[in-house]
Amino acid sequence: MKTSKLTEKRIKEYLAEGKRFDGRKPGEFREISIETGVSKKAEGSARVKIGKTEVIVGIKLDVSEPYPDSPDKGKLIVTSELLPLSSPRFESGPPKFPAIELARLIDRAIRESKFIEFEKLCIKEGEKVWAVFIDIYSINDDGNLIDAAGIGTLVALKTARLPKYDEKNEKVLYEESSNKKMPLSKEIPIIVTTHKIGDNILVDPTLEEEDISEVRITIGGTIDGTIFSIQKGNPKEISIKNIYKILDFDEKIRKKVFLNIENNLFKKD
Amino acid sequence: MTKEFKRSDGRKPDEIRAMEAKVGVVPNANGSAMFSFGDTIAIAAVYGPKKMHPQHQQDPEKGTLRCKYSMLSFSVSERIRPGPNRRSTEISKITEWALEPVLMIKKYPNMAIDVHINILQANASTRCAGINAAALALAHAGIPMKDIVSSISIGKIDKQLVVDLNKDEEDWEEGEGSTDIPITMTSGGEITHIQLDGRITSKELKEVIELARKVMKEIYEVQKKALKDSVREIK
Amino acid sequence: MKNKIERKIVIPGEGIVKGENYLPGEGTEKKGDEIVTTRYGLAEESNRLVKVIALSGIYQPRRGNIIIGKVENITFYGWVIDLDSPEGAFLPLQEVPKYVDKDRLNDIFDIGDMIVAKIIGVTNRGIDLTIKSRGLGRIDEGIIIKINSNKVPRVIGKEGSMINLIKKESDCNITVGQNGLIWIKGDKIEDELLVKKAIMFVSEKSFTSGLTDEVKKWFEKERTKNKNKKDKNV
Repeated sequence: MKTSKLTEKRIKEYLAEGKRFDGRKPGEFREISIETGVSKKAEGSARVKIGKTEVIVGIKLDVSEPYPDSPDKGKLIVTSELLPLSSPRFESGPPKFPAIELARLIDRAIRESKFIEFEKLCIKEGEKVWAVFIDIYSINDDGNLIDAAGIGTLVALKTARLPKYDEKNEKVLYEESSNKKMPLSKEIPIIVTTHKIGDNILVDPTLEEEDISEVRITIGGTIDGTIFSIQKGNPKEISIKNIYKILDFDEKIRKKVFLNIENNLFKKD
Repeated sequence: MTKEFKRSDGRKPDEIRAMEAKVGVVPNANGSAMFSFGDTIAIAAVYGPKKMHPQHQQDPEKGTLRCKYSMLSFSVSERIRPGPNRRSTEISKITEWALEPVLMIKKYPNMAIDVHINILQANASTRCAGINAAALALAHAGIPMKDIVSSISIGKIDKQLVVDLNKDEEDWEEGEGSTDIPITMTSGGEITHIQLDGRITSKELKEVIELARKVMKEIYEVQKKALKDSVREIK
Repeated sequence: MKNKIERKIVIPGEGIVKGENYLPGEGTEKKGDEIVTTRYGLAEESNRLVKVIALSGIYQPRRGNIIIGKVENITFYGWVIDLDSPEGAFLPLQEVPKYVDKDRLNDIFDIGDMIVAKIIGVTNRGIDLTIKSRGLGRIDEGIIIKINSNKVPRVIGKEGSMINLIKKESDCNITVGQNGLIWIKGDKIEDELLVKKAIMFVSEKSFTSGLTDEVKKWFEKERTKNKNKKDKNV
């Protein structure tokens, strides 16, 4: 059942005092837990829980022809499925807009940040490059799947290893790891979505809060202020003043999220 | 002369891989569970009984069980393109047939009980892990059931009967090759699902079924424990 | 003196007790001379009647139940109500205790409104509701939370002991719908949220005996926690 108007009124009253139902401040995330290597057949994988929200992200690699306009670069394909398993609101069938948008939000942040060094994924220019498949699955939706997917993607990429490629027989040897890490740059795109409810802005909404969010802005950027991607979602308008407020707020939160997940991003092998 | 088949992971012929089972893994669902045979991991979630759409598919005499089996794209070595395929469609249906005999859903006319099964990691026997997880999820969801069902794959690798096939064994091609027989039974010993592909005599098949009956109890115990452990405390 | 069977968690198909003396109650069936459970739940026996209390599962609507629901749709004859259960529920015009202008139904209850109502009938067509009683009608203020309907008896307690304890400790009005929706209204939002926490606490610990004492202790702890927070901010 969607959040009732009654509860919506209370949530807004509470927010006006800078408080939320679960005791968090508007800029606070729920507890984040990260597990890597959760799917052994994937070249890299991560399970991320934010509160009760859970997503699993897996990286698979394959060798194929490069795109004609970038013959010396690897490829990136991001897909996402909002599994019917994860919520009574999701139905079986081909991905609907929310799943498509989620994949595109992650894709944009990863691609524009040049986080993956695609030139290093070239095997033979014009002929063979590595294609990186990032597949995102929701396991339980209690709000904020986007940010959970963002964290999962970063961690999965960080722990990914390229499989061996048998050039002579043109076969990927999945059972053998080359021990080569996924080539990643130092600019890490942290994805944080800020929501506006009434006159208040907050991050990491529970499903109850997400139901009454009027505007959401997803930003992918670094902790020192560089922004790679922005998307406004939900059908209400927002003033310029509030956009500026959100830009500053989001940057602060990106720093906090980064500190939170830093250990998982820089784990020693 | 045929040498006895030695299992790649050192198991005895009647040894099942280490199993793990837990209920309540998807808080949003009415019931949910995970079940694993070694590296093969399945999760299942139940939504229902609930209103059934489209209306014309409703059954006025009982509830309708709908199962959907699907593997995550990265659960196997060669990535699976997202979306249904013929294999997953067939497994979804046999899963329904494996579970329905024990469900008491006459009291839910015109309603649907949806079971979603996803394979997170695959090392053969995925449909069996899926059925075991689904049975747990249905019980966890409070659906009235006559019994729990348990599922295992029995194999004939060349001439050797083994229990709980892994991928190496499924792919075995020497000698008589690999015959894969997934079986599902109630704890009372009735078969609700059996499939076979390979090459076997009916005498050997009878031995297979006896072997299944013997080891099925071990799976039942793991499932039972998962349900009982999930209740924090009872006085 | 015959020994009483101990309460225990059972899974579908499991035998609870053998013997001609026992009778199969709710959630069980007789198989030969054994009483077997058909539900995942808590098996208990009283006066030779063996029954299994469900730990999970959807709400079973019963005549006389007080429920909380959301107005989903308005028709010529009344309001369609969503009880978060698969059966549809309907509140007809005639069951509202005042004159209703057929063209102004939405003035009484509009789509999205939450109401407290009573079930007057359960048929194959659905659930029939009334609000012609004290305490029934539209909910104007407060918060609505949802728990599994099987936990409702525990939250209410024997003769209301648990819910009355929570009301007293929090100074809030609480209406518990049998369908698992609960309406909490207090003077301060903090009090409403305290009730929410308390109810979650009770529903997660459903099977501990002596729960009432534990809840009393829990409220004391929460009060000290809040007092410390306030003192810090001074």
